[in-house]
Amino acid sequence: MVEFDEVSLRLGGRVVLQSISFGLERGETAVILGQSGAGKSSALRLVNRLLEPTAGTVRVDGIPTTKWDPIELRRRIGYIIQQIGLFPHRTVAENVSLVPRLLGWERSDQERRTAEMLELVGLPRSEFALRFPAELSGGQQQRVGVARALAADPAILLADEPFGALDPVTRSELQREFQDLTHRLAKAVIFVTHDVREAIRIGDRILLLEEGRIAFSGTPAEFRGSELDAVRAFQPEAGE
Amino acid sequence: MTPLGFLDYLIANRMEVLAKTAEHLYLVGTSVGIAAFLGVPTGILLTRREKLRRPVLGFVNVLQTIPSLALFGFLIPVPLIGGIGARTAIVALTGYALLPIVRNTFEGIRGIDPAIRETGLAMGMTDAQLLREVELPLALGVILAGVRLATVIGVGIATIAAAIGAGGLGEFIFQGISMVNNQVILAGAIPAALLALAADAGLGRLERRYLKWHTTDRE
Repeated sequence: MVEFDEVSLRLGGRVVLQSISFGLERGETAVILGQSGAGKSSALRLVNRLLEPTAGTVRVDGIPTTKWDPIELRRRIGYIIQQIGLFPHRTVAENVSLVPRLLGWERSDQERRTAEMLELVGLPRSEFALRFPAELSGGQQQRVGVARALAADPAILLADEPFGALDPVTRSELQREFQDLTHRLAKAVIFVTHDVREAIRIGDRILLLEEGRIAFSGTPAEFRGSELDAVRAFQPEAGE
Repeated sequence: MTPLGFLDYLIANRMEVLAKTAEHLYLVGTSVGIAAFLGVPTGILLTRREKLRRPVLGFVNVLQTIPSLALFGFLIPVPLIGGIGARTAIVALTGYALLPIVRNTFEGIRGIDPAIRETGLAMGMTDAQLLREVELPLALGVILAGVRLATVIGVGIATIAAAIGAGGLGEFIFQGISMVNNQVILAGAIPAALLALAADAGLGRLERRYLKWHTTDRE
């Protein structure tokens, strides 16, 4: 679904990513773990062509992103970010139905889909559809963000520290639901975080990014057992 | 002069005061309308074309610094847009209204949380969709505040337009000055002040109506 082939990225003269290669299949969640500034978010932005690689190729469905029409590409990829980015002047329902509307779905289909999505993330439509984002708690807003990202049924989902700003209880609740949901819907997910426990909980595979390079790639179990310095440097946090 | 002497004057000359107020409103309304028509698209353009920012903002800034009486004077000999009368005044007033409108449009759009712009883009919005559905609605409050400011400033500056025969409430003021008669000055100054207050309150209401989604404290 998504394939990074020797991808390097330079931004404003700074090397952000160096020769990154990995592939991601349907139903699989890859977590990109790393400290801030390690290039995690930039890697995500390469997938929906908010950025373009300086060298190498990022392929989505086998086609290089630079060959995709960026608008069409983005409408096929769900995107969730930490700051949530809900449109404050639009109701919850309008936020969720955004991409289906941009894709020109029938109004009745949009409404049905919005109701489904809100149910899916545990926000009953009757109660939440007509509220504005400012009237919701942080956790509820992020649920709307997830519903919005899933609304057009994208095969690929990009998540950039989506739960970073939430309190620990809400965060672990959403992590569990998110993992359950994406596996049930067989999405290909790239999830960016700097939180080791989150990476282990959510990922089928962990890619540890260090100064723009992949320092480790493997399953959460392999990650925990790894003796690599870069991995061990991250381990103490897991015990906290 | 009794303290309320000007009231007697106002009542005695009410038809003339009303006519001058209407002229005044015409001068300000037309010029702010033209300035919004030109200034909002210009402000939007500045958010898209970084190279134009400095020269355009610089130009409207400089325009603002020209003393109004001098600008009216400069415009009199200019063909087409100049001469004696309301047209010249509208040209000058439009110039003064541009700065707050261009500036607020630009800053209003630029001040939107980048995360909101980015999700809009990442959801596959075209630039036109982003502008129409996200940036303009979110910047509308700031843009309207610019229009409001331009209007209030315009009501004040328009009193000077009487110096070049454009009419308006300034005529009472200039007349009063030459007659050394405070009542006549006040007959122009007070309605002008009331006009500015009314415009401010009216546009303020409009602003709040369009921002109904601001239901609770956000930041």
